[in-house]
Amino acid sequence: MNFDLRLPIGLLFSILGVLLSVFGLLTPAELYRKSLGLNMNLWCGALILVFGAVMLGFALRARRAEMK
Amino acid sequence: MSGIPSIQLGPIDWTILVLYFSFVVGIGVVLKRGMKSSTDFFLSGRAIPAWIAGLAFLSANLGAQEVMGMAASGAKYGMMTAHFYWVGAVPAMVFVGVFMMPFYYGSKARSVPEYLKLRYDEKTRTFNAFSFAIMTVFSSGISMYAMAKLLNLLLGWNFNVSLWISAAIVLAYIFLGGLTSAIYNEVMQFFLIVLGFAPLVFLGLKDCGGWTGLVQRLNLVAGSSHNLQGQAYAGGAWVSTWRHMGTPGANPMGVEWFGMAMGLGFVLSFGYWCTDFLVVQRAMVAENETAARKVPLIAAVPKMLFPFLVILPGMIAIGLTYKSGQTGFALPVKGASYDYDMTIPLMLKHYFPTGLLGLGLTALMASFMSGMAGNVTAFNTVWTYDIYQSHIAKDKSDSHYLWMGRMATVGGILLSILTAYMAVHFNNIMDMLQLIFAFVNAPLFATFLLGMFWKRTTGHGAFFGLLSGTAAAALHHGLTVPIGAESLFKGGWIGHVLHVYPSEMAQNFWTAIWSWSTCFIVTILISLATRRTKSDEELRGLVYSLTERHAEGHLPWYKRPLYLGALILLVALVLNILFA
Repeated sequence: MNFDLRLPIGLLFSILGVLLSVFGLLTPAELYRKSLGLNMNLWCGALILVFGAVMLGFALRARRAEMK
Repeated sequence: MSGIPSIQLGPIDWTILVLYFSFVVGIGVVLKRGMKSSTDFFLSGRAIPAWIAGLAFLSANLGAQEVMGMAASGAKYGMMTAHFYWVGAVPAMVFVGVFMMPFYYGSKARSVPEYLKLRYDEKTRTFNAFSFAIMTVFSSGISMYAMAKLLNLLLGWNFNVSLWISAAIVLAYIFLGGLTSAIYNEVMQFFLIVLGFAPLVFLGLKDCGGWTGLVQRLNLVAGSSHNLQGQAYAGGAWVSTWRHMGTPGANPMGVEWFGMAMGLGFVLSFGYWCTDFLVVQRAMVAENETAARKVPLIAAVPKMLFPFLVILPGMIAIGLTYKSGQTGFALPVKGASYDYDMTIPLMLKHYFPTGLLGLGLTALMASFMSGMAGNVTAFNTVWTYDIYQSHIAKDKSDSHYLWMGRMATVGGILLSILTAYMAVHFNNIMDMLQLIFAFVNAPLFATFLLGMFWKRTTGHGAFFGLLSGTAAAALHHGLTVPIGAESLFKGGWIGHVLHVYPSEMAQNFWTAIWSWSTCFIVTILISLATRRTKSDEELRGLVYSLTERHAEGHLPWYKRPLYLGALILLVALVLNILFA
């Protein structure tokens, strides 16, 4: 029996996304001089969170469909 | 090493690293419950959905050496490197999916060597199984060595510690969850690579002043001594794929269009994507035949776009180096040229703040490890089914072979570690082994092509065709050299040089062409001279003309492999034209 891979992927990337974006919010602007002044932790973290959430959404929807 | 200051990881980077690898091992732990038979362990119970198998098919080939090597080539040769994708991968991936998968999947062979046994005979299978098994252990060892060396250079980590810890992680998740574990982790690694490297491309391009700015810089690079290749090229040489391929001297790769199209686009690429069990295994485990045929097609879509993720950083790096005063980024010089191999790690260090840096480095480590894992899973299958079961212990219980698979995983990893230490001490042995494998692999596609599409091909024909193809490769390599060759590993070891190639790559392409053609012709001649040993009935499901096609007429066009394949080829053609 193989489980739905979208579940761990969704979980992992959601956690990573939250971690990065919160870290981005808490860190001062001078940390981002090397990334051309853009708060890359915040932006990429948000993007990764969206990806993780979409994967989780798919996994949960599939699980609900299976139960019915 | 001078010029490469080490990177300091912050607590956030460590958190990301540890989090990712706990998920990796965690997946193995959860999958362990499902590993009840050898089919579960080696073939994932043939129940993997097409999209997962497709991404794993792509990812198994996406080791870190590939990622870093492609960026290095992007800096060294520019946009031409995309030939390895749009010519050297996509057509072959479409071919294996549309035309070859029905035989691999339909025959219920459990490995590529086993297909050779069903189609030809035991000796052809054994030849392939042994060379493949040795090659996987060797590649996995090289991958481990490269990773431990990079981590030592970049982060100052102890070589031995990095080597053994990474080996332990790979061992844990394969030992527990078998092929499924490897495949699931390859898919996670795929997303990690995409999400971790896309910001690099974005920042690099922004720094260059967008695509137009990059093209301007690269045109100056091409025409100046700044490319450190001892020669200036026409302006567009770094940003076009086909325009400068009329003669080898006009482009930095030193190859002409015919050698490239035939050598890379046909022999090497079809040989790899259509016969290498490492990738084919990922398609063999799909849930049904249509899914199996779609696996390489699904993989071909991201594959087409990968040049923008892995080659572009290299082009950006050399473009930035040209006027490094403006941005502060420059590739370090090593000997008479740049240290191209360090392109990706140095760009990560230059652009990524702590946090994102942890993500980028984790992506790099993950792809090194999945490079090992892919090889180890292919090794344990070929060892258990094609060597152990067919030569050493024939009629054992299924649980015995499951046990053997786990032991082979341990053995494969120990041998890889041994290879990694060998690489530390004897660089020459590694070069020699790599060369021998290139000789063994070059003719393989002729054997499969004839086997699948000409029922008259015999076992003797296949076996001796393969041997003579390998011999032809060795002979061609021994009689030619690339310009400026310093060691006999580069060619000319027979002592009498018949031809001098403008580059090592041109020589490789032509070695492959000679080897393939020899195998093709010899296989046909010997097959005609020998008696068929397999009847039409035995070849059903293994040869094109003797296999009934599955009716797919009821499927809508976008679910039919043939139409999907044609669409993918069309897109690849458009990309070739756009970036010609």
